[in-house]
Order: sequence, then C-alpha cells, then structure tokens
Amino acid sequence: MLNLPENFKSYSEARQEGFIRLKGLKESGKKVVGVFCSYTPTELILAADAVPVGLCGASEDPISYAEKTLPKNLCPLIKSSYGFAASDTCPYFYFSDLVVGETTCDGKKKMFEWMNEIKPTHVMQLPPGRTSGTALATWHSEMQRLKDVLSRTLQVEITDDDLRQAIHLKNRERKAILDFYDIGSLKPTPLSGYEINTLIDNNTFLFDTEEKIAILEKRTAELLEDYEKNFKGKPSRPRILITGCPTGGVREKIIRRIEELGANIVGFENCSGPREQKDLVDENKDPLLALAEKYLRVNCSVMSPNPQRIEAMDEMIENYQVDGVIEVILQACHTFAIESSRIKKFVTEQKHLPYLCLETDYSQGDTGQIDTRISAFLEILA
Amino acid sequence: MNYVGIDIGSTAAKTIVFNGEKVIASFVMPTGWSSKETAVRIKGQLESLGFNVESADIKTIATGYGRISVEYADMVLTEITCHGKGGYHLFSQDGVIIDVGGQDTKVITIKHGTVSNFLMNDKCSAGTGKFIEIMANRLAVDIDELFSLAEGGTPIPISSMCTVFAESEIISHIGAGQPKTDLAAGIVQSVVSRVALLVERHDIKGICILTGGLSHNQYFRKQLGEKLRREIHTHDLGKYAGALGAALIAADKFKH
Ligand code: SF4
Ligand code: SF4
Repeated sequence: MLNLPENFKSYSEARQEGFIRLKGLKESGKKVVGVFCSYTPTELILAADAVPVGLCGASEDPISYAEKTLPKNLCPLIKSSYGFAASDTCPYFYFSDLVVGETTCDGKKKMFEWMNEIKPTHVMQLPPGRTSGTALATWHSEMQRLKDVLSRTLQVEITDDDLRQAIHLKNRERKAILDFYDIGSLKPTPLSGYEINTLIDNNTFLFDTEEKIAILEKRTAELLEDYEKNFKGKPSRPRILITGCPTGGVREKIIRRIEELGANIVGFENCSGPREQKDLVDENKDPLLALAEKYLRVNCSVMSPNPQRIEAMDEMIENYQVDGVIEVILQACHTFAIESSRIKKFVTEQKHLPYLCLETDYSQGDTGQIDTRISAFLEILA
Repeated sequence: MNYVGIDIGSTAAKTIVFNGEKVIASFVMPTGWSSKETAVRIKGQLESLGFNVESADIKTIATGYGRISVEYADMVLTEITCHGKGGYHLFSQDGVIIDVGGQDTKVITIKHGTVSNFLMNDKCSAGTGKFIEIMANRLAVDIDELFSLAEGGTPIPISSMCTVFAESEIISHIGAGQPKTDLAAGIVQSVVSRVALLVERHDIKGICILTGGLSHNQYFRKQLGEKLRREIHTHDLGKYAGALGAALIAADKFKH
C-alpha cells in the first residue's frame, strides 16, 4: 500500500483527485516518469510501459519555497518546478519513479542537480547546437543512455518493437494535436487561445495516450462544426501569434487578458504550441536514431544558432493570417530574451507586423502595466 | 460639438477642450491620492468653464493610468495611443515621441502619422519622474530647484539600477560631503541615460519630440539631446500631448 503525503488533507480538490487517480495507477503496477521539456523523448518512456507526466512549473505558490535553495533572480518556471518538488506539493512529482531532464538552459540543468537530491533525476546531455558534426551522434548516444537507465530503474526490457509501437502512437497523437491547433488558422477562429493553452496543458495530466487522442479529435470536430454554423463569414478580431517562453504560468495574466481586451490568440510559436508536434518521427528508420533526429529539430532558443525558429515563425504567421506578434519572456530567461531582438527584427522588418515583448514572471505585481501594454498594442492593430 | 480629452497621470491630470478646429480650453490639476475624485473635480472645472460633459454635444475620451476612474468618458484609450496622436499633431512629422511620465516613461514610434511601435520602462521606476521626485526629496529641494542645481554641477555617477538603492547611494554621497550641485547633476544624468537607452532601442527615423512633465525643462532637454546626439523638439502644449491626443481622437471618432 502506498502512503499519502502527511499534508494531503490540505490539498485542493483537483490536486487530491490527481493524487488518487495516480495512486490507483501506481498500485496497479504502473511506473511513472516525470518530464519537463519538449526535448524529452516520451516515446522511450511509453516503450518502457511507464506513464510520462509533465511536471508543470506553472504556479506561483511553490516559488518562495524554491528560493530557500535557488537564487531569486531565476526564471519562474525553474523555481516553480523545483519548488513543487522540494515542498512535496505536486502529486505527479510525488509518484514519479524517475525524473528525466535535459541540459537545456543553464538554470534548468543546474536545478536538476538539486532535484536529484530529492528524487532520482536522469539528465540527458543535450548538445547546445545542431550544426556541429558530433551533435547528432551525441544525442543518439544519449537516447541509448536513457533507454538503459529506464530499463534498469524500471526493470523492464525495451525492445525495438516496443519503441516502434510507441513512436507510431505518439505520431498519431501529434497529428491529432496538430489538427486541433490548425483550427486557429480559420478566420474568424472559433477557438480561444486560452482554450488551446488549457486543453494542451491538461492533456499532460492524462495517463492514457489513446484517451488524449480521442479528446482532441472530438474537440476538433466540434470546433469545425461550430465554425461552419456560427463563425464562417463573420468579421475577425485582431489575430495574435504568441511566441517566446512557455506560457502555462502566465495563462491568466497574459493569455486570458489579451483575449479579454479584444483580440484572438490564434497560435503559439512556443512550447505550448506545435513547436514539438509539427514534425513527426520517421517510422522507417532505426528507432533510436529517428528519435535523436526528431528531437534535435525542436526549435528552442537554447540551440545555437537557431534560425529554424524564424522559419517556423514565418510559416505560422502566414498560415494563421496573423496581425501581430506578442512575445512572452519569463524573467531571467537569457536565451529567449537575447533572441527576442532577432524575432522583433524579423517580425517588424520582414513581415511588417507589429511586435510587442512582455517580460514578466508569475507574480501579480505588474498586471496593471501588462494590461496597458497589451491595450496599447491592440489599439495599434485596431 | 466639443471634444474633451482627459489624461490622468500618476502625478498630474491634464484636460483639453477641442472644438473641432482648435483648442479652446486647457487646465492641469494635481492627481492627488484618488483619481476618482480627480475625475469629479475635472468635471466641476469643465462645468464652470461652460462645458457640461453629460450633454450630448460633448464627447470625452479619458487616458492615462487613472482613465478607468473617469466614469463619464465615452471611451478610454491608453496613453500610448493618445500621446502618439497628440505628439504627432504638434509637429505633423513622423519620428519618436519621448514621454517622461511620473510612473512610466514611454518611447513611441510614429510612422505615417500613427503609432507603429512603443516601449515602456520595466517594472522599476529608474528613468521616470518618480525617480527625480524621490531624489529631490532626499536633497530637500523641489524638482525645479534640483534642475537649477544640476546646471552648475559636475555629475557624480550614480550606478544603481534600482531607485531604492540609488537613493542609498545618494545618502552615502551626502554623508561624504559631496556638493549638492554635483549630486543633482548626477541624478539628472542618471535619468537622461535611462531614457536614452530606451530611445536607442528604437530605430529613430524622423524627429524626436519630448512630451510630458519634463518637456518644459530646457536643461533636461539639452542633456537628452547631447546624449542622443540629435535635436529634441518640445512644444508649449507638450505637457498636454496625451489629453490633446484624446480630444483629437474623440473628434475623429465621434464627428458625423
Ligand atoms: S522552451 Fe526550450 S527548454 Fe523550455 S520547455 Fe521548451 S524546449 Fe524545453
Ligand atoms: S523559460 Fe528560459 S530560463 Fe526558463 S526554463 Fe525555459 S529556457 Fe530555461
């Protein structure tokens, strides 16, 4: 019998529910692996017959806890992720048998060293760029290493067949996610950016990939119908593309506000959007190599150089018929902050669209200023 | 038809009445602690000048951080849009508008007569009117005195990024017996550098216009011009740019 944490009674209902569901799953013998980032090859975890769960760092609550160990001037996502672990308030972390991280930004990779003291944390050594001759080979061997660690820790054998199946399943999920995102390209869009963000985030807390696919397909079909019936031919509000850091932690403060103030968010060129989904894993290659190739293509600013992000953005601006780009930079995220000048240049000089950068954290202290900036930006678009 | 623009900033509230052709009234009052009360006072003042904002032949747009407190406004807009419109109207040329406000400093790019881009200072108050106010308090002078002291001084560099730390830097300089003139010059320089940094993040094409509370200050204007190596234009109505813009937009929107 597994134990519940001591302070279980003080948890919110949703959190208690998550706990109970996951507890049931674990009691049935399932293993759970906590993941953080788009670079994590979840196929390997599925092939190990374990459940990958996204360990969100999207809440302000545990940040003060994290600051006992981590510096204050650090990205809120990292502090929140670590804070959940250290304060033992995240059911998903609590039940994880293993945590998988990558050496993405400096903050995250050093944080994982601390996390490892609480729970076994395997860190994949992500190459800092894709262009060097050894990048792919390194990443390929890291896939192999993760496979070994998973087999050893979870005491399973991972066959190539298991891997192929997992790759196929994940590719199906990716297609379902992409179709759902694609609704945003309809004009006017029947789908709010707030919903995109929420649904995708909530899906990371479902443990059955087939269930996820079903939910997405159903919602996509509903939205298409809704568009035909109620939206087609109607005027559109200004269409915004979000880019930059993951936005799960500023969903209320920024994502919701943009739409309340009069625009539609039609797409996310960040890890809350199709960044990872948009190209599939090659099903006809050696599975580990195919995974290495695919995950090396993720267009995060931690890659240097990273021209592919601009290409992806170009494509999205056209596809989604975007009127303006808003970049969200989490405080102290150096890679995205430095890259933002390049993004601004591209958006304003090459796409001739207005661009706004919002630098913020998870606190509520700057809501007034954020509102003014968003309103002023939307007034430019009006 | 008359059009009223009200710009309630963090320290001063500016009001303009525009009759569709020219400005026929303008006044400033301190915002005080409640922008709601200020809005009521503005209404009273307008009435005493013969303008009843409730009547159908007056249209009002409110802007500035207290804009939502103006319950009788027909529309609210951000200070960015209004300053852009007002600033452009004063010179009828594309360029950048620099507004050093009490709480926020804004740099607004005007292209083809409308706002195309803007930047605001981040969370902190360095490079805003608030910084100057706090530092003047420390030196026990008012803002005008601070600027006249600065003119005769050699700036002592102030390196702190944050207003609170900069204040303690000043305190330690005072303790070390540094002359007030040099401290005042250092304070002004620090604001000038901050504002210039924000401006330089913009691609300046066209003229530079300084609006807002500091636009009447010749010393500040000169220093900023030297730092940016370009001429800074000001206008008698510079302080009213936001309110003027609001009134002009009201005229555009509600004229039929
Ligand atoms: S933004 Fe980069 S580091 Fe952060 S989750 Fe996405 S891929 Fe990972
Ligand atoms: S948002 Fe930036 S700093 Fe934060 S974890 Fe992602 S890459 Fe690192």
